Amino acid sequence: MTGEPIAFWGLSIVLVGSALAVVLSKNLFHAVLWLALALTGTAGVFLLLDAEFLAAVQLLLYAGGIITIVVFAIVVTERLVGERLTQTNMRIGGGAAAAALLLAFIVMVIRKRPLEMTRPDMAGDLTQAIGQAVLTRFVLPFELLAVLMLAGLLGAIYFARPEE
Amino acid sequence: MGLQAYLLLSAVVFCIGLFGVTTRRNTIGILLGIELMMNAVNINLVAFARFTGNAAGMVFTVFTICITVTEAAIGLALVILLFRVRRTVMADHLDLLKG
Repeated sequence: MTGEPIAFWGLSIVLVGSALAVVLSKNLFHAVLWLALALTGTAGVFLLLDAEFLAAVQLLLYAGGIITIVVFAIVVTERLVGERLTQTNMRIGGGAAAAALLLAFIVMVIRKRPLEMTRPDMAGDLTQAIGQAVLTRFVLPFELLAVLMLAGLLGAIYFARPEE
Repeated sequence: MGLQAYLLLSAVVFCIGLFGVTTRRNTIGILLGIELMMNAVNINLVAFARFTGNAAGMVFTVFTICITVTEAAIGLALVILLFRVRRTVMADHLDLLKG
């Protein structure tokens, strides 16, 4: 009897609860903080799935990097307390209906066939396997990703440059 | 917990993010919803990679995380520039291209 179901349910509650708080918060800054909690919860789910490297990357890049730049963007645009969500009644109904419909459809598709219940033994260290795969089998996407990130960095710096 | 549980969790978070994208009026709020959807996709990828014994799904996840970070940086730079030009980030007021 492992503690995995307990950990899974605990992390699910944290993740789904903070995701709901992100989309329902009236204060945008609070929404960003709830998103930080959701991203940390996702890192916990990665740990449950034996992906330690991905959990570390998630914490560093997502919960560290993206939250920082979103906070900076909010500070620059100065619209912390947005207009109340209840003013967009029609869109709340439509949005909730669309999301519920999509969820029902996905659940129906997932439940069509029985899926794996046990994990296969992953030989060796997963981090080492990811590292070797990135540098041998996936070296071309890796290099293209470097070019993409450089282009993105230059573009973001150019867009947000100080006005003359 | 089997693969189905992780896929259902990913689906729930994805649909919550979709609700946020369609409902939020602040552009940065929309970007937060997009981040939630990306996270759900990553959970899905890693779950499939773990339960089929193929590490390629986790490599894919590393790439999508990096691309998402780049996209968030550019998106927020655009929001900042938009705020400078139009003095608003409410998606309702960004209607210059409206017919």
